[in-house]
Amino acid sequence: MTGNEDTAVLSVIDLSKSFGGIHALNDVSFEVARGELLALIGPNGAGKTTCFNMLMGQLKPTRGNVYLHGEKITGRQPRRIWRKGVGRTFQITGTYQSMTVIENIQMALISHHRRLYSLRPYATHLYRDQAMRLLELVGMPEQAERACAILAYGDLKRLELAIALCHEPTLLLMDEPTAGMAPRERIGLMQLTADIVSERNVSVLFTEHDMDVVFTHAHRIMVLNRGELIANGSVEEIRNDPLVQEVYLGGGSVFAASDGHA
Amino acid sequence: MGLFIAQLLTGLANAATLFLVASGLSLIFGVTRIVNFAHGSFYMLGAFVGYSLMQVLPGAVGFWASVLLTGLIVGLIGVIVEMLVLRPVYRAPELFQLVATFGVILVIQDLTLMIWGAEDVLGPRAPGLKGIVRIMDEPVPTYDLALIALTPFVLFALWYLISRTRLGVLVRAATQDREMVAALGVNQAWLFTGVFFLGAGMAGLGGAIQLPKGGADLLMDFNILAAIFVVVVIGGMGSLPGAYIAAVLISVLNVFGVSYLPQSTLVLMFVVMAVVLTIRPYGLLGREEVVGEHGQVGEPERPIKPASGRARMMVGVLLVLLLALPMTGSHFLVILITDIIIFCLFAASLHFLLGLGGLVSFGHAAFFGGGAYVAGLLVIHAEAPMELAFLLAPLGAGLLAVIIGWLCLRLTGVYFAMLTLAMAQLLWSLVFQWDEFTGGDDGLVDVWPAGWLSEANSYFYFTAIVGVGGIILLRHIAHSPFGYALRASRDSQRQAEATGINTKRIQWMAFTLAGAMAGVAGALFVFSKGSVFPNEMEIAKSFDGLIVVFLGGVKTLSGGVVGAATLELVKDYLTRFEYWRLALGLLIIAVVVLAPYGIVGSFRKLFDRYRQPSEPETVAAESRQ
Repeated sequence: MTGNEDTAVLSVIDLSKSFGGIHALNDVSFEVARGELLALIGPNGAGKTTCFNMLMGQLKPTRGNVYLHGEKITGRQPRRIWRKGVGRTFQITGTYQSMTVIENIQMALISHHRRLYSLRPYATHLYRDQAMRLLELVGMPEQAERACAILAYGDLKRLELAIALCHEPTLLLMDEPTAGMAPRERIGLMQLTADIVSERNVSVLFTEHDMDVVFTHAHRIMVLNRGELIANGSVEEIRNDPLVQEVYLGGGSVFAASDGHA
Repeated sequence: MGLFIAQLLTGLANAATLFLVASGLSLIFGVTRIVNFAHGSFYMLGAFVGYSLMQVLPGAVGFWASVLLTGLIVGLIGVIVEMLVLRPVYRAPELFQLVATFGVILVIQDLTLMIWGAEDVLGPRAPGLKGIVRIMDEPVPTYDLALIALTPFVLFALWYLISRTRLGVLVRAATQDREMVAALGVNQAWLFTGVFFLGAGMAGLGGAIQLPKGGADLLMDFNILAAIFVVVVIGGMGSLPGAYIAAVLISVLNVFGVSYLPQSTLVLMFVVMAVVLTIRPYGLLGREEVVGEHGQVGEPERPIKPASGRARMMVGVLLVLLLALPMTGSHFLVILITDIIIFCLFAASLHFLLGLGGLVSFGHAAFFGGGAYVAGLLVIHAEAPMELAFLLAPLGAGLLAVIIGWLCLRLTGVYFAMLTLAMAQLLWSLVFQWDEFTGGDDGLVDVWPAGWLSEANSYFYFTAIVGVGGIILLRHIAHSPFGYALRASRDSQRQAEATGINTKRIQWMAFTLAGAMAGVAGALFVFSKGSVFPNEMEIAKSFDGLIVVFLGGVKTLSGGVVGAATLELVKDYLTRFEYWRLALGLLIIAVVVLAPYGIVGSFRKLFDRYRQPSEPETVAAESRQ
């Protein structure tokens, strides 16, 4: 801890999780600064999603603590953490299949405005304009009235992003936001995320497998391997870190070749 | 001490039957994900078939040959049921197969009645095992000892089959991931059929081996159903040793209950279950149910919308017709429609829970009966005026729902369903056995409405206003933020929790609301009939509710009401015939097979076909290419 607790949006200290004898995450500590776009990378099974699940409260850590704006949120329930200003998108999308696209967003807005227990119809007319603006932000206003069950995967990811923005979060956790998307879509979504970071002063922590995406957009990169944080630094530092190259790519031709994106 | 041991042995002997039947149910569920409500019917068939065989085959060899043959025959009947009734509906929306198994119950009931008649049959005693053995001076039937000795072998044989043979490997694999097993080239259809053969055969065996201790009667099917559900849930879904331990626990407890607490034998079983599940939510040896993302079954769901102007007008016209009904002067029609409205409200409340909340309750009759009994008891014991009793009934039912909901919502999926059924049975047995307070089997009589409602016509108007009002209220709530939050909790609990929705609380409130509305229906019922009997809260009543909700269409807002009205009308007509259960059962099966989206859903598909293709269909067509 280098004394910048006042400015850090999220501070993670010695976060650990074991499942039985398996140490999924081991003494991981890091901070997310205001307005930062921070990438968490690592091979499959490194513990990225486990880490996210503990930050958002879906899992309780075995050890360690999580602070949001200096307030301890370790082990709180996801809905309470959300109320405190953390939005999340999932690796495997979870949207409301029986609702239209815009109703999915309206649902989150209803929760944001604390009208969940209202018994007065019609929910489908509530906060429509606000929902529409969010849909426009993620670039899918023409899909507003479509059934969510028939959306393409990339659109579901964008919809989740819009849902995550409903509570005006100060921190966004995005678990593989571009997985399953076409290359052009990936760039679009990450550009959108970068815009949100700069315009709304939101911090973003994301995991990603696509190095192009990471090197192009991330302000800073952390590398996780077998539950341990093995590197944490700027894009340049990470790219040239021999340990990272070895662990992450077993040699790393991609690292050398992707200069043009930085 | 001697008596204690003798009772223990009786309990162990009784456990043999319970274990056989319950493990069959557990096996079928594990592989096919079908909660086979007709399992009790296979058990009953086993008893009757075994009885007939034993009449023909002589001696000890004949007896045991009959038992084995019975297992084989009932197993084959299971195969027929699986192939004719269930195969066509495996692809239907989740749990729709339940309705088909209800149909099978009705059909088997009437066929049994046709073949064996209405008389109870006393089972023959097992040749060579008729005597008794004295253990510490207490007489113990030899046959009991034989059963006790036999059960571990059955358990071992099953365990061997499941864990050491290729079939067993397939069954276990299918229990964990059906799609993967199919992708690996296993013919799922035959695997399912095989498991049905085994499961039904075990139920048949169970029916046959209990003959010397009991007999065969036409109520056996429902009587054992609750017990085997309890055994499966206590033992842990899919665990054979668990089923055995639970069967022993329940049977032994029952025997001791009869001698020490004769007034509470039925209640005892459910109390034990509640205690076990509070400590171990997934049963003694069960594992947490992995709620697999099973992907989408059938076509994508279409979002619900507020009713269009035209739909509202149609409903309005219907309501006006309804209010004009007494002018026809037909007393019969007024009574019939009163019954239908009450049933519709009951169904609408269950539909709210099941359709919107995805909470499949097998015991919703508890709140219908609960409301009826609260009103009845207030009138009889507290001499409350009808108006007050009527207002307190939904509160009472709602309070029951608060408690039962809190207990049951700790679990999900089929565990939740079974627990609700067990809680409903607990209430039923309370009402049934607490003679001095509830009138027991004789029910509560002389519960009539206040003077201003004593005319059939005025009570009809009262029912129409309260009933239709209740249905409209439920529909309004479906469109409210609360209704949306309830659907969100069903669609993706994870996403809902991650956006600030307290899903458990939402579901608990919905459970309470549905319970209270069922209580209103119950109160309407008791004052329209002037009486209420325990059968208003028994399993069959809960099943009636499920049937109409599924038949009407789970995923359509009007499904419950349309299904209820249709079933009541059909029933009213069919019950004039002697074998109406057979006809109704066949009709239900036919509807399930021909219209797997329910009445409303199927009509809508038909309607869509004549307009431009709707969006889901276009997408489905695209993805097929």
